[in-house]
Amino acid sequence: MLLIACPYCGVRPELEFVYGGQAHVARPADPDTLSAKDWADFLYMRDNTRGVHAERWRHTHGCGRFFNALRDTRSDQFLGSYCIGAPAPTAHDPQATR
Amino acid sequence: MTMQRYSALSLLGRALTGHRGWQPQWRRASPRPDYDAVIVGGGGHGLGAAYYLAAEHRLARVAVLEKGWIGGGNTGRNTTIIRSNYLFDESAALYDHALKLWEHLSQVLNYNVMLSQRGVLMLAHSVHDVQVIKRHVHANRASGVDNEWLSPQQAKEFCPPLNIGDIRYPVLGAALQRRGGTARHDAVAWGYARAADALGVDIIENCEVTGIRRDAHGAVEALDTTRGVIRTPKVGVAAAGHTSVVMKMAGLRLPLESYPLQALVSEPVKPVFPCVVMSNSMHAYISQSDKGELVIGAGTDAYTSYTQRGGLHISAHALEAVCELFPIFRRLRMLRNWGGIVDLTPDRSPIIAKTAVPGLYVNCGWGTGGFKATPGSAHVFAWTIARDEPHPINAPFTIERFRDGHLIDEAAAAAVAH
Repeated sequence: MLLIACPYCGVRPELEFVYGGQAHVARPADPDTLSAKDWADFLYMRDNTRGVHAERWRHTHGCGRFFNALRDTRSDQFLGSYCIGAPAPTAHDPQATR
Repeated sequence: MTMQRYSALSLLGRALTGHRGWQPQWRRASPRPDYDAVIVGGGGHGLGAAYYLAAEHRLARVAVLEKGWIGGGNTGRNTTIIRSNYLFDESAALYDHALKLWEHLSQVLNYNVMLSQRGVLMLAHSVHDVQVIKRHVHANRASGVDNEWLSPQQAKEFCPPLNIGDIRYPVLGAALQRRGGTARHDAVAWGYARAADALGVDIIENCEVTGIRRDAHGAVEALDTTRGVIRTPKVGVAAAGHTSVVMKMAGLRLPLESYPLQALVSEPVKPVFPCVVMSNSMHAYISQSDKGELVIGAGTDAYTSYTQRGGLHISAHALEAVCELFPIFRRLRMLRNWGGIVDLTPDRSPIIAKTAVPGLYVNCGWGTGGFKATPGSAHVFAWTIARDEPHPINAPFTIERFRDGHLIDEAAAAAVAH
């Protein structure tokens, strides 16, 4: 089981969290003018990265808040977590992510 | 090299002469500079596609590139369940096409894939389950796919170890597909590899694709690999959980996410379990192999990953369900567990299609249930590659269905992972 660092509560076991998929998928600013292809890109297409992946988690059985984390999908090692709204830290600078 | 045909007589003959003279089942091929078509991924779907390209479409120069070893990915990591009782017409046609090919595969390949049509029982544990499963039964029967509804007592008669008594999620009935069952997973990969090799297909192991080269018009012209550049006008990608990684080399994003899916086997015991039982609601799949091991399928982890392992609590959850449904297994020891990386689409149906890049074809998105489809998937994928147009059976399974809204939503149909 993974140990995940909630930016608000600290390190907790995976079972307290719900996974929220790829982070930084921005909701379209003007949905009415979006083409079918752009809708499909937003709804369905994902990077599915093999390597450092920015992803959303929600600390459902804790503070209940969403946050983002960087995790290496080759090893499941977390490189850090950061608050919603903050830009994704670069993978080379994990110290900057808490 | 001509293929050494197997038969009871050949086995007897070799047995009497000390089992000398068995040939390797396929050549250890090195890549040639160019091919008519190259398949990326040496699992069942890829090897099968190469076989059908050579056998049915008469392509003379075909190669299969495998970054590891043949059948070492999900083909060797699944729970070997075969069935075709999917809800939608498109799915039932695809999976039943596969099941019909399964029924003659051992003869066609001259290789015993140990198909055992022992029946697949799918349990209902709630009113919702009963409604969903009965809907499947009716839809299947209307489209000519065998499936029948059993009462709890009938399910117990079909599978005596089943506990239909007072448990947390009682068994309220079950669907039974009698043509469903299991096959030997390694034999499927090896059988296709051997038959393809005999038709001249080069099976190249330890050869990882590192780039996809395209010409001035954007069409595929060559692959960069760890064993050099291979020129080819047609590339079929059957890379399962790593499909996104390969397709990114051609600048394509797909509606896929890769998750670890786990399975485990018990210590071997005498024959005790007559069929395959699936409980989608309690999330456990179980059957008994010919070696006597109970083969148990667990669920996927919550997060995307390429680690080929998963959380122990996922396996433990499946075992809890097995112990509740089959109390006789409570004292069995588990010998091994492992994970495979499965590529899930949003509607839980596969993609077997052309892509936006000319000459690049993809067979992916099989999620947690690709093994059962192996022959059918390979057959229609080869057709798509050879003719540059889909077979009628895989025509609905495009990438564009996510743009156009023509989903084949087995995810909603089952209401659980399957």
